[in-house]
Amino acid sequence: MKVWRYGDSVNTDMLFPGKYTYTCSTADEIRPHLLEDLDASFAAGVKEGDILMVGDNFGCGSSREQPVLGLKAVGVQAIIGKSFARIFYRAAINQGLILIEAPEAVDAYNEGDEVKFDLEGGVISINGKEFSFPRLPRQILEIRDAGGLLEYTRKKLGQK
Amino acid sequence: MGETFAQKVLARKAGLESVVPGQIVTLRPDHLLTHDNTAAIIGKISGDLDRYGIVDPEMPIIVLDHVIPAVDEKTATNHKKVREFVKRFGIRNFFDAGAGVCHQVMVEEGLALPGQVLVGSDSHTCSYGCVGAFATGIDRTEAAALMLRGEMWLKVPHSMKMTLKGKFQKGVYAKDLILKIIGDVSAAGAAYRSVEFHGDVRNLSIGDRFTIANMGVEMDAKAAVFPVDDITVEYLEDAGVNRGDYEPLWADKDALYHSEHVYDMSQVVPGVARPHAVDNYATVEEMKGLSFDQCFLGTCTNGRYEDLRVAAEILKGENVCPGTRLIIAPASNRELSMALSDGTVQALVEAGGMLLPPGCGPCLGAHQGVMAPGERTLSTANRNFKGRMGCKDAEIYLASPATVAATALYGELTDPREVMD
Ligand code: SF4
Repeated sequence: MKVWRYGDSVNTDMLFPGKYTYTCSTADEIRPHLLEDLDASFAAGVKEGDILMVGDNFGCGSSREQPVLGLKAVGVQAIIGKSFARIFYRAAINQGLILIEAPEAVDAYNEGDEVKFDLEGGVISINGKEFSFPRLPRQILEIRDAGGLLEYTRKKLGQK
Repeated sequence: MGETFAQKVLARKAGLESVVPGQIVTLRPDHLLTHDNTAAIIGKISGDLDRYGIVDPEMPIIVLDHVIPAVDEKTATNHKKVREFVKRFGIRNFFDAGAGVCHQVMVEEGLALPGQVLVGSDSHTCSYGCVGAFATGIDRTEAAALMLRGEMWLKVPHSMKMTLKGKFQKGVYAKDLILKIIGDVSAAGAAYRSVEFHGDVRNLSIGDRFTIANMGVEMDAKAAVFPVDDITVEYLEDAGVNRGDYEPLWADKDALYHSEHVYDMSQVVPGVARPHAVDNYATVEEMKGLSFDQCFLGTCTNGRYEDLRVAAEILKGENVCPGTRLIIAPASNRELSMALSDGTVQALVEAGGMLLPPGCGPCLGAHQGVMAPGERTLSTANRNFKGRMGCKDAEIYLASPATVAATALYGELTDPREVMD
């Protein structure tokens, strides 16, 4: 498992350039352009189970959801950040991509440290040192647990 | 204890007596805006649409604006899919390519109204705060789910209070103010929060308020709102909406805020956002003389008649500096028509400007006015991220229409106050 580190205010154009937004919408189309203008090595090097460790306001800018779809599709296990931009945060819930808002854990992390987290318990540990993070409210967990918003919506529509 | 605008509007929409920040409410938004991305949105739910249809044909508002006219077969096919969808489900509020940028269309058509809650699959949906609506951006998946079910959750945000005092000096505009505010509070400074503007807002036109609310998301605000006053009522009347057709709301005097800020508009000076972040603020004075290859006048932020007018006054009878290109993309057909009727467009074109159809144009780097590596553009848009205009090795600076016009005249960053009489 590799931890990819990025700084503050990584915006949606860095995660997925705007010029592709109306021509790429499936996971396969998105994948080669993921983080293209931020880190050219990412798309080729990322593996299932990897983690992103990021600064403040990750995902700011556009409402495009390709970054979330792409990160989910390549198997990113979780993004641990100081804070996330609002639309990105919501999009992640809607796709079932796990975001952990834990600024102290991000500060404590050094290259090579072991990272573990317990989602239900709201605890993340960096080399054995524990930090807590806010858990999601019940209504929102229902969406994530259904496998994302569309699955959740289908479930609700089916119950009608 | 008094309540903020966000508390009141979300409580009313959710059918609750009152709500507190942090509370999660479930509601049905008044409208859902989507644009060219409608094709991708309906693509996610094609089977569900066959089975369940859409929840309400009055809910979606669709405007084709991002890549218009189509640049290739793929975008043309997307537009076609959207037109077919509109027809199939009887969606009344559809605006085909050429009507204008979606956000401008929403406001000028009177589709976003005071006291409403609106969402859109575009981050600048927050613009409708200019007419006292609570409006916020969502992703495509959320838009797809809304088409099917019409319901969503929202977390009641904390609010920030920005009190604006006085009046701008000549040559200084709403864009200069909002660039300064974002520079001060930072690109994440309003994250998860709603921003309320108070004070001497009567000194700001609906266009000015639009520019400011539009850029709310550039400080990561969930919504950015202005109170409703005579100027709003009159604007909406011109758009064909009567005073009795909406119910405005506003914050109580003793509402509790996350933070309070005061800006004296008379102290604001022409400013720019430097690459590659909107909060990388500098005054024009500090950056004076920087050369530009391209100047862009347009977008939902600053492509209205009043913006083109200011630029035309500066460029009338003059020529754009050789070596600098001027691109103009009016925010809507209506704004373009106004600018055609009084010689505004003529002045810009005679000065050497290139006129594009009403729409997003070069703003998102998909077509029209894409930059080459090493080039620099001065733009009236709202975002200057690396790669935003189609090239990651180019630089984008943001400024007011007056600063852009003055700069087009000399080819280098120019304080508009020096060229205005
Ligand atoms: S003009 Fe630019 S910012 Fe406005 S909606 Fe179009 S692409 Fe987005």
